[in-house]
Amino acid sequence: MKEIVVISGKGGTGKTSLTASFAVLGGQNLVVADCDVDAADMHLLLEPDFAHGEDFFSGELAVIDQAKCSACGQCEDVCRFDAIDMIEGCYSVDEIGCEGCGYCARVCPDEAITNVKQNVGQWYRSAIRTGTTMIHAQLKVGADNSGKLVAKVKKMATEVAGNEGKYWILVDGSPGVGCPVISSLSGASLAVLVTEPTVSGLHDLRRVHQLVKMFRIKSGCVINKADLNSDVRRDLHRFLKEEGIPVLAEIPYNEQFTAAVTNGKTIVEWDADLEQLVRGCWEKVTQLADDR
Amino acid sequence: MKVAIASGKGGTGKTTLATNLAMYMAGTEPVVLADLDVEEPNSGLFLKGELYHREPKYKMIPGWQEETCSLNGDCQTVCNFNAILKMGNHVMVFPELCHGCYACSELCPTASLPMQAKQMGELKHIKTDNLDFVESRLMISEEQAVPLIHQTIDYVDEKFPAAMVKIFDSPPGTSCPVIEATRGADLVILVTEPTPFGLHDLKLAVETVRQLGKEFVVVLNRHGIGDDQVERYCEAENILLAARIPNSRHIAETCAAGKLLYQDIPEVAAAMDAIARLIRSRNGGGHS
Repeated sequence: MKEIVVISGKGGTGKTSLTASFAVLGGQNLVVADCDVDAADMHLLLEPDFAHGEDFFSGELAVIDQAKCSACGQCEDVCRFDAIDMIEGCYSVDEIGCEGCGYCARVCPDEAITNVKQNVGQWYRSAIRTGTTMIHAQLKVGADNSGKLVAKVKKMATEVAGNEGKYWILVDGSPGVGCPVISSLSGASLAVLVTEPTVSGLHDLRRVHQLVKMFRIKSGCVINKADLNSDVRRDLHRFLKEEGIPVLAEIPYNEQFTAAVTNGKTIVEWDADLEQLVRGCWEKVTQLADDR
Repeated sequence: MKVAIASGKGGTGKTTLATNLAMYMAGTEPVVLADLDVEEPNSGLFLKGELYHREPKYKMIPGWQEETCSLNGDCQTVCNFNAILKMGNHVMVFPELCHGCYACSELCPTASLPMQAKQMGELKHIKTDNLDFVESRLMISEEQAVPLIHQTIDYVDEKFPAAMVKIFDSPPGTSCPVIEATRGADLVILVTEPTPFGLHDLKLAVETVRQLGKEFVVVLNRHGIGDDQVERYCEAENILLAARIPNSRHIAETCAAGKLLYQDIPEVAAAMDAIARLIRSRNGGGHS
């Protein structure tokens, strides 16, 4: 079993369009995992049936029982997140600020504070139109613990791949370099870095590659909108060469990316030129992931 | 007056809007721009100025003192984040899991886990004529963006008067980093694009800012590509579409090179003018 994780550092580089295309090309021999849990979009292209869904609980929230509270204020004193305030004579918890550390409950002399497990979202196991299974999730808006939900999605995808005898797990990661991305990368056989020849694209690629390198994960790069700026493209190639990162594909700036999405299609189902490019790319991705 | 520029989907043009709007407004009044996308800060790529101040940013984590430790294991019990593990006669701290709540440290009967500063990132303050630019960047492998965003906002609050226009370039998504970046804002501008991805993530972003009880408007970027679903949605939901920025390869190329748009592209200047007027009208309207 091999796991391919598609990430980008910067948003809007075409990561999800590309990942959904890989899902179409990989067909029944893969399980799809959408780990961009706070802005999951792949379901818009792959039409999951949401056959099985479960709430996901992670982290806690302090709740104050006003009947027991003697308003001593010790909870407010120990809270490092400024999440407890006196409002209209009662101590109350700011749900957004509370990190669920439980410190307040431990010091409360009245035992008035309990920690309640938080439902931070749902995860789903779905059949998708490419004839395989997708594990996906939706984090509740504003929720913490996206990294934990990502880990859950990956764990379920690995289980399904094991049970159904699938060789590939294809993961759509999230932007950035923080906890959900770090969680997406754990256990990856290959990180596909999607970028563009823009000052922001290059900057973010450098940072996300530092992370990939730190975890000793093999990587390859897809340059989307490759003809947008020849100077930055040169810098990008120089960086990739220095770091020994193979270029898996260069895709020219093409508004058919948007047209495909608008029609609910992946780019490989929409445009013959793009289909050829992305098919070649997918072959390289699988070869590189399989290389020892 | 704090204006947060946010979006559910990444790559819709938050940084493009934040930098162009800040420089446009700085043409007539002093403005602060803070890049709170600490995982991937990009605003600085579009601005030139002189470094005025830089400082390392720290988070506090416990450090184990073997000599005084009684090995009672309370620290492991009180930690809700599994950041402390007692193994035999050793106590291990996992800094990346620690949320800095101080519970283990302050509840330790022998005071054997004093809190220590660990660098998580760096803040830079850059000045140009009328613009103060503040940027923080998270060190690679640090998982938690929220504490650094929090400290960056504190820096801005301390250094600049409340009435001054402050533009916050926020991280993408709808989870804790974007909440931290927008919760203190007087106005949130949600940037989106006219595609199914843009619409889907806009709806999540709208739900988020509504939960926070924030006043918000939408700016539609890449107008002309895709379809009209975002505009229909805004109309149906009574959301003000404050400006449209046209889709063009020329704009994409200009941004790719790290250049600002409004000086050369009249449609962008007009959009910035509309948004600047909106901000000024709100700023005079009783907000701090």
